[in-house]
Amino acid sequence: MEAGGGAELIGGDDGLARRLKALACTAPLHDLDARKARLEWADASVYQMGEIGFSAIDQVTVAMDFDGGASHDQIVGRLVPFVAAHAPDRGRAEHERVARWVLDSLINVGSLDRGFRAVYGTLGSQGYQRRTFSFKLLIELVSPDGEVYLRASDEAINVLVGALDTDVESAQVAAEVKLENLVRRGRLSDAQLAAEQARYRTVQYAELLRRKLEATRRDVRSVDWLAEVPDLIAEALTHIATRYRAENAILANVIRVRDEAEEVDRKRRAAQLVDIVKDCVRRHTQLQARLLDANATFRAEQDRQQFAGAPQRAAVDLFGQLLVPTLGLTVGEAAAPTSAFFAVAAGLAEPVAPRLTNLVDLLLSPARERDPLGLAVPEPELAPLPDPDRFSAAQWEQADALLDLSELPRRLSGLLATARAADPELAHLVALRALHAVSPEVGVALRQGDTSIMVAVDDGTPLSDPEFGGADLMIGIGTVGPAMVRASELAAQPEHRSEAEVA
Amino acid sequence: MGELAATVGDAARLVALGLRPRQLPARDLVYADLVRRHQRDPAFAELVEAVAAGLGLAVLAVTPQAGAVLAAMTDSLFEVRIDEYARRVSLRDRQLEKVLHGLIHLAVAALAFPRPDDLANDTYVGRVSVEQVDLVLREACRTLDERASAADQDQDPPQDAPELERTWRVYARRPGVAATRDGRLAPDTTRGMITKALRFLTDQGFLHPVGTDGGGTFRTTPRYQIQVRELAAERAFEDLLSLGVIGVGQPRVPDV
Repeated sequence: MEAGGGAELIGGDDGLARRLKALACTAPLHDLDARKARLEWADASVYQMGEIGFSAIDQVTVAMDFDGGASHDQIVGRLVPFVAAHAPDRGRAEHERVARWVLDSLINVGSLDRGFRAVYGTLGSQGYQRRTFSFKLLIELVSPDGEVYLRASDEAINVLVGALDTDVESAQVAAEVKLENLVRRGRLSDAQLAAEQARYRTVQYAELLRRKLEATRRDVRSVDWLAEVPDLIAEALTHIATRYRAENAILANVIRVRDEAEEVDRKRRAAQLVDIVKDCVRRHTQLQARLLDANATFRAEQDRQQFAGAPQRAAVDLFGQLLVPTLGLTVGEAAAPTSAFFAVAAGLAEPVAPRLTNLVDLLLSPARERDPLGLAVPEPELAPLPDPDRFSAAQWEQADALLDLSELPRRLSGLLATARAADPELAHLVALRALHAVSPEVGVALRQGDTSIMVAVDDGTPLSDPEFGGADLMIGIGTVGPAMVRASELAAQPEHRSEAEVA
Repeated sequence: MGELAATVGDAARLVALGLRPRQLPARDLVYADLVRRHQRDPAFAELVEAVAAGLGLAVLAVTPQAGAVLAAMTDSLFEVRIDEYARRVSLRDRQLEKVLHGLIHLAVAALAFPRPDDLANDTYVGRVSVEQVDLVLREACRTLDERASAADQDQDPPQDAPELERTWRVYARRPGVAATRDGRLAPDTTRGMITKALRFLTDQGFLHPVGTDGGGTFRTTPRYQIQVRELAAERAFEDLLSLGVIGVGQPRVPDV
């Protein structure tokens, strides 16, 4: 309780807590190497798990885009070559498994929150207090199309590149100035480090702006569009313009170094640096496109969200008066309002009232076996209905008998009269078949191997019949044979020719 | 005496129909008749309320669109207990899970009726999707986070008293999704919990599925609007008032 001692302790407290938290962020990486001995499926002592962990965070960070990232499988795929370098004699399956284990450990699969906790102490007016610091290294998010992808948390980026929890803007400027200097002095390995740091900052910056824009898209009221966001957008656009110039200047320098370098290693480093800076330029361009869209997004969202009529009756503002205040409560306090809301908003439960007789029936009746899908639905075979026959089989037979004119040809009028006498319908069939015989298909008959064919010829006699009109055809049977084949080969219209010959 | 018994029987039948939330007067002639009778005959309406009260139910509204909308009174037989709803979890985290589930239900309602007018307007139909609920909650958490850092408040909870942690921190920390071996939704994630809430509300006749966009999209039914407006919001509101975190007539977003 001595004022002097207390003040001194409290004064050092803030920095201490920050350093403890920073140290805690590295713990999962140390832990990887500590736990590898316990792996049962492989002798993992050859793998430097901490290094693989760093590499995994690197890969995830590099893959982070304005609104996406790499999937688990992609990261594992990119990690495998690095893992394989540790133990080239082991199989690919083991390398993959190691990569996956590291990735899962960094996500902390298995814990409820998929994150890490560390306990640190603070000294305050209430004395020494232990507090829980929760953090994540890799975060799983879902893309609009439902795929799960990974992003590195702020903590992970900080662990990776050092204490970066300062102002993003100023940190970025510092890194790029440093980068330019380093390239000019030809210190490529340092320049690469600085370039990589610059890229991580670019990612961080993009992340910050992405959140603002996303917030606007969802709820215009939650973002200050009068001053804060326009300032932010203007700032970001200026930032991009400056960075774009700076990066292009650096790029020109590095390309020159790359082309002039004679040492292989130096050339390779310069080439890597070119890639990194190009990537930075690409990210800036992408960010700029989003920024230019931002105002349109705001206007559209304002139109959509803002116009509401005057309330018809007094009603609670669920979002502003219930949800946000509840979120601000501690877990202990929030239990009462949330369960009060739930009790009514969840509706009613259906209590079960058991009845002994029903229960006995229920228990004694054998279990009904039910296929949840029911019987298979038979696949119907759909075919068009055949056309109903106009004439019966008997009528066809009668007509056949009538038209068996192998001895002598007959006039149509006579045939019709005979047919009508037997069956009034039969005359119709006979007339149709006679008509068909005017132009018989000799070619078809030949191909089918028929020896004879029915032929009808018009000799100019008009037909006098109560039902039909036209020519009184002469109908007879002609023979078809090889002679006619020749004829049909010669003639352009074999049917007509042969018809004439037969006649 | 016989007539009274018949009337009481009818009143009880209306209550019983109200207990089946997916049954609607538009699809049931008897139900529609009873609803009409309730609207025209104050004595019958009083009887319905008495029967419901005897069962531990409050009649929130009787309308031709929604039918009889009932709410369980405290400790009623018909109450859905949040302990049972959230019973999958281990005992240690039960308190936390209960709060998260309750919070999600609150967020679903807040998203279904984003403006006070939407809740008041009988013809308003809200739409919610799993994705929207999660994003809106996370956004609210982030705003609170920014506000807390701006105020320079110490945010980490004491180690021995996790219940003193702010609710928004708990929600923000819980992952939205998690990769599972079979590609299914992990139930402990916020999206898993939201999906559970939306499906549950659908079973209760409060929501109606309309598509699979955004992890499942639903529209509200008149019954849900009445349920939220007439009692649920009021109860939570009273609790918050008694905790002193809100005042009557406070603007929607305090510092914008």
